[in-house]
Amino acid sequence: MAGAKEIRTKIKSVKSTQKITKAMEKVAASKLRRTQSRMAAARPYADKIRDVIANLYQANPEYRHPFLVARDIKRVGYIVVTSDRGLCGGLNVNEFRRLLPELRQWQGKGVEADLCLVGAKGVQFFRRLKVNVVAASTHLGENPHVSALIGAVTVMLDAYKEGRIDRLFLVHNVFVNTMSQKPEIKTLLPAEAPEPQALPKYWDYIYEPDATELLDGVLTRYLETQVYRAAVENVACEMAAKMVAMKAATDNAGKLIEKLQLDYNKARQASITREIAEIVGGAAAV
Amino acid sequence: MQADKTGRLMATIHVEIVSVEGHIFSGDANLVICPGKMGDLGIAPRHAPMLTALRPGEVRIQADGKDEVFLYVTGGLLEVQPSQVTILADTALREGDLDETAAEEARRKAEEALKGATGREDLEHAQLQLVEAAARYRAAQKLKGKRKQL
Repeated sequence: MAGAKEIRTKIKSVKSTQKITKAMEKVAASKLRRTQSRMAAARPYADKIRDVIANLYQANPEYRHPFLVARDIKRVGYIVVTSDRGLCGGLNVNEFRRLLPELRQWQGKGVEADLCLVGAKGVQFFRRLKVNVVAASTHLGENPHVSALIGAVTVMLDAYKEGRIDRLFLVHNVFVNTMSQKPEIKTLLPAEAPEPQALPKYWDYIYEPDATELLDGVLTRYLETQVYRAAVENVACEMAAKMVAMKAATDNAGKLIEKLQLDYNKARQASITREIAEIVGGAAAV
Repeated sequence: MQADKTGRLMATIHVEIVSVEGHIFSGDANLVICPGKMGDLGIAPRHAPMLTALRPGEVRIQADGKDEVFLYVTGGLLEVQPSQVTILADTALREGDLDETAAEEARRKAEEALKGATGREDLEHAQLQLVEAAARYRAAQKLKGKRKQL
């Protein structure tokens, strides 16, 4: 058993670690609340833009925008949203675990994949693998801005327009609740045509310029919105996962301190007993 | 034609301005002036339904008994219904070559990631900010020039 003094220093160091993890937990909790309100703030825009697309689509159903047409798959693209920082449990690892089998499946079919990485952890992870990374965007922070994502998204949309990829997926974590986040892969392109509205309309918009031109701009914005929402949701997931991970760390530190305290008491007791025995032994010798 | 609760014909139109990153403005107006792609538009209550793209410029919202509200939009989409105007504003500056700068930057980062030549993360971050700042500066210059023409 280690000496009482060493145990005391160890307790001290574990205690300071515990303080840090506790603070991180609190910070993550407050950031989580803020991010959740950001998630809600994006909703009106997304709903409205979906309505507009439905209207535009109804206005000229014969026009097929390239984003809405499905093609034979020769090459695929993935936009992978990850966190910038670690200490958030298995959040990113679970996402990669979900993605890698899919990539392997495509490879088996002779289909190559292009990746667009959002978040530093994704860049770190895929650097070690032999994959084709065409765009990356990192350090978005806790408040990702659309302007920071546009570049990366544009690369992928251009690739789809020019026929370099035939399908585009979005990979990110879905916020189920504070305790659980689920990695998900969804198809971004070809975008599914919005379902027609139940009632026929007796009026139509005046379009300026024309509907097809508008549809192009609106669809691009719609896709960017989806990536933006994924990025915001991923931040919420990161914060939730971090909160849970830090709570576990704090609890573990508490347990460790308890055990060390016990050891310390035992060591202290042992040294006192030894001292008494020595005194008694010394007295008996006299 | 729509009427309000008292049976009078509506004299105001509801204005709603939203962006992806949040709600920007909501209120009633007698006249909304927007920078449409094909020219400036003045929208009064009971305007015909309309959809148009916006170019960067000022949105002016006029209401009786209230000060005129000026808002600057960097582009977006305008939807008009007889009783409501909705502006889906772009949060990002969206001039054609500004998009390209961002795309170029994303490509460059990807190349760097592939090479594994990372450098220090701080440095990378600083560079990114520098590029962003430069892009914003250029956009600002551009918009400034446009404003003078108006």
